[in-house]
Parts: sequence; structure tokens; C-alpha cells
Amino acid sequence: MAQIQSQPNDHETYTGHAAPHHQASLVSYFVIFFALMALTVITVWISRIDLGAMNTLVAMVVAIIKALLVILWFMHVIHSPRMTWIVVISSFLWLAVMFALFFSDYLTRAWNIY
Amino acid sequence: MRSNPTLHDLQHPGHEGEEGHDEHHHPFLQHHFEDLGQQHEASTLGMWFFVAQEILFFGGLFCCYFIYREMYPAAWKAGSHHQNWQIGAANTIVLIGSSLTMALAVWGAQGAKRKFTTLMLVLTLILGGIFVGVKGYEYAEHIHEGLFPGSAFTYVQHDNPQLTRGVELFMTFYFTMTGLHALHMIIGAGLLLWFIKRTWRGDFGPEYYGPVEIMGLYWHFVDIVWIFLFPLLYLV
Repeated sequence: MAQIQSQPNDHETYTGHAAPHHQASLVSYFVIFFALMALTVITVWISRIDLGAMNTLVAMVVAIIKALLVILWFMHVIHSPRMTWIVVISSFLWLAVMFALFFSDYLTRAWNIY
Repeated sequence: MRSNPTLHDLQHPGHEGEEGHDEHHHPFLQHHFEDLGQQHEASTLGMWFFVAQEILFFGGLFCCYFIYREMYPAAWKAGSHHQNWQIGAANTIVLIGSSLTMALAVWGAQGAKRKFTTLMLVLTLILGGIFVGVKGYEYAEHIHEGLFPGSAFTYVQHDNPQLTRGVELFMTFYFTMTGLHALHMIIGAGLLLWFIKRTWRGDFGPEYYGPVEIMGLYWHFVDIVWIFLFPLLYLV
């Protein structure tokens, strides 16, 4: 993560006619790929262990880590201008709002606290 | 009072008459952009807006999935036992592999490696094709077992017949979510064919690879949807 701060993004350094681009090293793509493979194995392995209600939570945390790897490196967000970061982050923010509003209704209907 | 400028004047300030192709004018630079850099940033940003609405589109389905799963936990468990997790895991590996080849295709386009990029796009298409083919095999198995929702649903959960309707609901989610995912894959495959042709023709290079990048954004997004679908449908 320190890399983002030390390295000015391409938008800021961009000066001329060519497309602003950061060509990531070929090795980095394979590193991400093998990390995704390892996390897939972990997903299957954890589902075989009975953790009760925690199983889904752990599976979702692993899936979110995988999605972050894909978004940041395969989709190049880590080397993208700030405007792209805003769109990406806000899309997940709206997603969180939708989940929060739906769940606060449906998942609390059976509480019968009164 | 000045006469109104024509559309042509607006598009080519300072250029009279000619179809403004000066020596620095890249053939794929659209006239409403200053330069290729601006065009690249505008197009990737636009694609991210599209991906943002796709996130909310699939997000709505995931939201409903969790609500009904909370209501019918036993049916969800029973339903997921009809999924073959070995096939699902193998397909996950195939799809993540296709994301790797797609990322390498973008890398190749950035470096003007025409043959390498074409090869990577063809590999992406093949892996995507394997994924959809395996999905089709799974669908055929489910339909054979009478697990397709609606009047075709003839399956009865023998150990607990009361769960049957819940299993049907789970299968409705299964077919809707994987079906929409597969539809995205098929559209992606069609786009890949077009990109293979354009790459082979030599359209892309370090100055102009935005479209390949955008193709990649779409493909990786579809991959991410599957990353969530696999544990939620196969490993409940």
C-alpha cells in the first residue's frame, strides 16, 4: 500500500499525446493468479470444516479478498487516476447502502421485541 | 453579430476545410477529445460507470439470495448438495485462468505485442468457452434430475418432503444467478471475437490500447461475480 503514496499516479505525471499507461510487470499478474488459486483452495477447504454460522462469513471474507486482488491489479485500479477510485469506491458504497436497508428490514422482522 | 460556427468548426478549431488529419493525428483519436490520453481516461472511466451499475444489478440478486437464505436455511443447505462442488471448483480455476490470460492480453497490447495479444485473447475465449460448456453440462444434469423450477420441477426431497418447495426456491436463485452470469460470459465471448480480429489487424499499441483495457474490465468483473457465486451456491 505504501507504493501508492510514493508513486505519483499516471494522471498526474501524464504530459503528452500517448495513452497514460503503466505497464505492470508480467510477474505481478502471475503472482495475483497464484494468490487467487490459493484462496480458491482455502475457500473449498474451509467449507469442509464445520464452523457453524461462521462458515458463510469466512467464505465471504475470502471472496472479498479475491475480488480486491482482481479489482486492484487485474483491473489496474491501483494505477488509475483518482476519479476512477471515486467511481469504484462509491459503487460499493451504494451496494452497502442497499444491503443495509434491505437487511435492516427483512432480517429484523422476526425479532418481535415489543 | 458573428455567424454561428458550423459543427466542423467546433470539432476542428484552427483547421479550415480539410478532414483534420494532421501528422500527429492518430487514426483512432475521436474528434471530441484533445488527445489519446484524454480519450483513454474518459473511456475507462465510462466503463467503470457501467461496471458500477453492473455491481448494483448483481448486488440486488445477492441481496435477495441472503434474505431468502435466512428464511429457509435448511432448504439452502439441501439445495446446494445437488451441486457438484468439484465441478464448480474446477470451473472457478478455469475462469480465473481466463482472467489471467485477459490481463496478459492487455499487457501485450500495451507493449505492441500483436501476436502475443491475439494468442492471449484466443486463450481467454477458449477458457470462457470451457466454462460455459461445463455450465451447460451442469444445467442438463439438473434438468434431468427434475430440478428446473416451475412445472418441470419433479424432484421430491425424500428425507424431508417439506423442504421440496424451498429447494425449488434455491434452484430458482441458482438458475437466475448463474444464467445471468453465463449470459454475460456469452456476450463477453462475442466481444472477444471482435477484439481478436481487431488485434490481429494491428489496431492496438502502446498509444492506443484503451478498448482492450475496457474489454478486460468487463471480463474481470464477470470473474468477480463468479468468485462470489461459487461459495454461495456450491459450498453452503
